[in-house]
Amino acid sequence: MVRTEIGRLQEHPIVDFRRGKEVTIYFNGKPIKAFEGETVAAALYAAGVRVFSRSFRWHRPRGFFCAIGKCSACMMEVDGIPNVRTCKVYVRDGMQVRTQSGMPDAEKDMFSILDDVIDKVFPHGSHYSKFTTSKKAREFMVKRMRKFTGFGNPPKAVFSGNADYEEIETDILVVGGGPGGMSAAINAGKYGAKVLLVDENPFLGGQLVKQTHRFFGSAKERAGTRGIRISQILEDELMSIENVEVRKETRVFGIYNGEAGAYQRIDENYGKLLRIKAKKIVVATGAYERTLVFENNDLPGVYGAGGVQTLMNVYGIKPGNMGLIVGSGNVGLILTYQLMQAGVNVAAIVEAMPRIGGYFVHAAKVRRLGVPIYVRHTILKATGKKSVEGAVIARLDDKWQPIPGTEKKIDCDFICVAVGLSPTHELLYQAGCKMKFVPELGGIVPLRSRFNETSVTGLYVAGDVAGIEEATAAIMEGRIAGIHAAVTLGYGGDEAKKELDEAVREIEEFRAGPFGERIVCGLEKCTLESEVML
Amino acid sequence: MKYLERGYLERDELPPFPSEERLKKKAVAYIECPQPIPCSPCYESCPANAIQMNNINDPPKVDYEKCTGCMKCIRVCPGLAIFMLRLRDDGKGEVTLQYEFLPWLKKGDIVKLYNRKGEEIGEGVVNWVLPPERNDNTSLVRVEVDADLIFEVRAVRPAGWER
Repeated sequence: MVRTEIGRLQEHPIVDFRRGKEVTIYFNGKPIKAFEGETVAAALYAAGVRVFSRSFRWHRPRGFFCAIGKCSACMMEVDGIPNVRTCKVYVRDGMQVRTQSGMPDAEKDMFSILDDVIDKVFPHGSHYSKFTTSKKAREFMVKRMRKFTGFGNPPKAVFSGNADYEEIETDILVVGGGPGGMSAAINAGKYGAKVLLVDENPFLGGQLVKQTHRFFGSAKERAGTRGIRISQILEDELMSIENVEVRKETRVFGIYNGEAGAYQRIDENYGKLLRIKAKKIVVATGAYERTLVFENNDLPGVYGAGGVQTLMNVYGIKPGNMGLIVGSGNVGLILTYQLMQAGVNVAAIVEAMPRIGGYFVHAAKVRRLGVPIYVRHTILKATGKKSVEGAVIARLDDKWQPIPGTEKKIDCDFICVAVGLSPTHELLYQAGCKMKFVPELGGIVPLRSRFNETSVTGLYVAGDVAGIEEATAAIMEGRIAGIHAAVTLGYGGDEAKKELDEAVREIEEFRAGPFGERIVCGLEKCTLESEVML
Repeated sequence: MKYLERGYLERDELPPFPSEERLKKKAVAYIECPQPIPCSPCYESCPANAIQMNNINDPPKVDYEKCTGCMKCIRVCPGLAIFMLRLRDDGKGEVTLQYEFLPWLKKGDIVKLYNRKGEEIGEGVVNWVLPPERNDNTSLVRVEVDADLIFEVRAVRPAGWER
């Protein structure tokens, strides 16, 4: 029903895809049509490329998983530079993209048939002990082994760009321009604090840019509004505050005693190293998707749910014809509906728990369109040679073991793993925050006060990096962190303090229902006792 | 909460039906949203105070006598869980639902009707549409169905649609 052309959706009920100028990129020397604004990975996918790389051992074909720069399965050589995450690089006319693992390329890797032999002759770690006697032999073998491993070759291109150094002083630095980060910047900025917001992407909004569905919550949190619009509303609000500066394509690589180091990309040949001295820092780096253990889970065609959302809702690229969704949380349910909106069929939703994990109303709207939801079921394996051709699911017993004889074959050409997220906590670790594993919050999270200040004074968290919830909660957390940071710097006065109390009360009320129970239980385990009183 | 094992509501889990008398007067909002979730735009949008909620997590309850059939709630419901129901004097029934698929439906289109389980239960005719551009791409579609189907029809697709 939905028209497609060269792998791209030409129409969509919700999103209006505005594609840039048509350009040509070269994949292993072969010309491929792409549109400006698309990432290399997205353009290749649209052109039908499924194998992006080969695994370091065993030469197994790999596609991408996350499509937001976190899984590294899409690494290729771009314009002579090895190990480039192609899902984070945007196409440019004449760009040369090569797969760097596999001989002659990742698609047709002749060494994959030698896997067993290679593993016998060169067991794990053998390169440390073999070929060490003669320098010549070693140099020769290292070169050959590099080819085998797929780590990429030394850059052929010499970097010819320029880089500058800039020191910035600001009241508050916000790392991450998703709902949590934008909300923190808005709420600190509106009381007069000087704010710098940085984000690694060329756009703001974080993962909101692919949330085409209407949001839940109260009207005050813009419930009933689509995520993509909320992203725009927040951005407009942010841009209207004079004392907030936004720098896109800026990656923070470290926080050292209240100072942050970052790299800002200006264009292909020019960048800036930033030293940011901030009195307060809000980290809102979000989360990445978890995978699931099953046979062939590395096969191209097994994607994170968010990866498919990015491909489909941001770039308008059809992920396949028939999907299987693993996980019935809100992400899995919403994705199912979004796939159907893009004219893609969903074979089934598989859930290991005895009941649906997400909101019932989301389940009801895909169920009534005929998508079966199998609770107490799991995926046993993906089938296919170079990409997913099907899947086998089975029913689970009370001890979560597959029941023999209940296996069912599902025809599908891609599988979406929607089994949850984990906080992107690396920057917090590096900054010295006390961290704790809290399963209710999705993994390792920082200890924090009621106002989202971590154990490092002046360092705040907001959004999924503080614990996996959803965008509305992230906006509320950002508001709390932003206002508290501003207030402790002397901005806002009583008015701000009053709003802060109100914000804390609102998020408590928001989490008061059964869906918030788990979060509240998790928060109890990681809330710092010593709270900064105002 | 058996409905969470199935993904659809059975008869005994549905909210009470509006009386036949009320259904004949004018359209009434029927909300199939049994689970406590933090969501309240329907409650906030209702100008007649017909939707009751004690807090944001409380499932909405409709006072059918107060409901004026204004459709403010069905326009904003993010869960696509609100249906406007009506019984006409000529013995036909009408169901209005949110619709977000291509091709957009038009007045006069014949549609397949689906129940909560996704089973095809007949055909209906679209007799009114709120165009998608008027409501942030969520179109409202009113279908004319047999009177006994108004508590069954929960999805429609164009006549030629195949899963």
